[in-house]
Amino acid sequence: MKMSGAKILMECLLEQEVDTIFGYPGGSILNVYDALYEYGDRIRHILTAHEQGASHAADGYARSTGKVGVCFATSGPGATNLTTGIATAYLDSSPVVFITCNVSEGLMGKDTFQEVDITGITMPITKCNYLVRDVTKLADIIREAFAIAKSGRPGPVLIDILKNVTAEEAEYTPVPRSQHFNSGRLQALLRRASHDFKAPEPDEQDINIMLDMIAASKKPLIICGGGVVRGRAHEEFRAFAKKMDAPVAITVMGAGGIRGRDPLATGMIGMHGTQASNMACDSCDLLIAVGCRFSDRVALNPQSFASQAKIVQIDIDRAEINKNVRTDHHIVGDAKRVLQLLGERMDQMEHDEWKKYVFSFPTETEYDEGGETLTPKQILTAIARLVPQDAMVATDVGQHQMWAIQHFRFDYPGQLMTSGGFGTMGFGLGAAIGAKVGNPDKVVIHITGDGSFRMNCNELCTEQYYDIPVITFIFNNGTLGMVRQWQNLIYNKHFSQTTLDRAPDFVKLAEANGLRGRRVCNVSELEAAIKDALEWGHGYVVDCAIDMDEMVRPMVGGGSHITQFILN
Amino acid sequence: MEIKRHTLSVLVENEAGVLSQVSRLFSRKGYNIESLAVGTTDNPLISRITIEVLADDDHILLLSNQLRKLFPVHSVKILTPEKSLRRELVLLKVKAENSERRSEVIQIANIFRASIIDVCIGSLTLALIGDEQKTGAIERILEEFEVLELVRTGVIALERGIETINDETKEKGEFNYGKNVL
Repeated sequence: MKMSGAKILMECLLEQEVDTIFGYPGGSILNVYDALYEYGDRIRHILTAHEQGASHAADGYARSTGKVGVCFATSGPGATNLTTGIATAYLDSSPVVFITCNVSEGLMGKDTFQEVDITGITMPITKCNYLVRDVTKLADIIREAFAIAKSGRPGPVLIDILKNVTAEEAEYTPVPRSQHFNSGRLQALLRRASHDFKAPEPDEQDINIMLDMIAASKKPLIICGGGVVRGRAHEEFRAFAKKMDAPVAITVMGAGGIRGRDPLATGMIGMHGTQASNMACDSCDLLIAVGCRFSDRVALNPQSFASQAKIVQIDIDRAEINKNVRTDHHIVGDAKRVLQLLGERMDQMEHDEWKKYVFSFPTETEYDEGGETLTPKQILTAIARLVPQDAMVATDVGQHQMWAIQHFRFDYPGQLMTSGGFGTMGFGLGAAIGAKVGNPDKVVIHITGDGSFRMNCNELCTEQYYDIPVITFIFNNGTLGMVRQWQNLIYNKHFSQTTLDRAPDFVKLAEANGLRGRRVCNVSELEAAIKDALEWGHGYVVDCAIDMDEMVRPMVGGGSHITQFILN
Repeated sequence: MEIKRHTLSVLVENEAGVLSQVSRLFSRKGYNIESLAVGTTDNPLISRITIEVLADDDHILLLSNQLRKLFPVHSVKILTPEKSLRRELVLLKVKAENSERRSEVIQIANIFRASIIDVCIGSLTLALIGDEQKTGAIERILEEFEVLELVRTGVIALERGIETINDETKEKGEFNYGKNVL
């Protein structure tokens, strides 16, 4: 069937079972939006206030559903507005396909209106990107892009299509998704790797070496990284941890891999890790890191990290092995499969004495119960008590993010959406919108700070228009809390440019966007607001006043040894 | 760790943008490319890039691992000087204003097995193939004659013996794993 490039794009999205797109139109992408007009009954488009909001929403959708998120933007500024969202998805290995359109062939390279080399710009922040100049190649490229976004270690892919390509016609032959690997570029990619469409097995000998190491260890510690969450390997992981009978520390990205209240869970590890996790890391004799890249927020000092231990890394991405921390053994493979194999072949272990030692340290931070002013702990406790336990949580970046991860106990992968790697302030609202669109049956809450919220609060109108009931909790301390904490501890209390004693009034902002908002200063007001928000069932903003000198505890300074707490 | 000159051989898709993707990886990690040579292989869809950089052993591993992750990259091999053949073509334009100077240059060229590929009244142009020791040596000697221009192709290299970059190794399999769990 002959059809235009724009329609081929729509057909290819349907091949991929895409039902939702987040995006923003513009001149170069007009043909695509014209086709979308016809496909509107099969593909839902969410128009955001800003392309960055769309990029985070597509990311939040992908993280919460495990499917590939899709985001549209036009050329030039539309495309560059996506870049923060693309980098956020890249650093946290989230599968999103970004589709931008560029100026027509004849205008390329002439500094045409709204022209930018977006494939050049996004080269270091995408898994792969494409510039489509030939309509006959479009379908094949889209199929490859989707496969690459979700295969192996997932990540963002960008397809930049020239405007004339979206108008030109070509023959389109539908190919069911299961057949994509038997045709075109994907077939070539697989042939190159010299195996068929089927996940390869982890190396047998590597598994055996690891089994010996497990048998020899007396004090093992497991780190649950983002790979467990992305690979949805939580069941295998929990079975493996139980058989190992070893304490399990989580990274920010690994939250939800193991149940928060699991008796083996020691909480977060690293800069704001719990004493139990960090002490265990320092004295274990075997460290098994699953899907964890030992970022500088986890392995603060790579030389002294787990210095007593043999380190084993299980990762799907071979390039992560020995990148940050030198390991003693590694297994390259899908976490799900590797853990399944290990679980099947090992005996039930018992490490009572070691667990007793590790759990003699606190797995939770004791915060003050508070006097006059509301404390972060009070807010989080009230939320946890009143919203369903399976509610999804999107956060922004800063103190509130750490408090939320320390305090909420996440039970399943995809429950938490947070920008762990790139640390993108302003990520949360878009991500929460995406998560709610992808999971209409779940309660979605958005935990943010006043600094982060100001960055992308324009998406409140998107919430209102599409009636996406996200409940936003602003930890309003009138400052950039995390930066202030560093200034407090490390920069001689020089609070340079971090105080945010300024507009807007967030309650009025919510109301101006057709939502409800409330400012709360104590627990009873807060509880009333949460109940009201749940009852009302539409977008809601709860502005919680907290003290500006609250700190995230414990804390280990960057580059320090993991047990050198500067705050307990 | 000791910083030395390393040679990386990279097989890539012969497509627009791939070379910039490969080269920008070096600049992003803070390495200056000392030498670069690119050309198609026996398969016209595949190009081979030979890159030389100054780095220590740890970093060259890191760089090659990052290279292997790129989708257009088929395989990467670190070629150690002991186990590889390295060659470079150098063209030198040397000033030779009279017949005496010319014959002197020709003599030197003969010793180094360089060929004279152009002659005119004032100068001679030499072509020489070798590794950087040989090309360096002739350069130093000809300095006396005033080198007007010099151009080098960049080093190309191949492994000694029957082993090739295409050989399937465990490591190569591990990198393909991540690319192909579809």
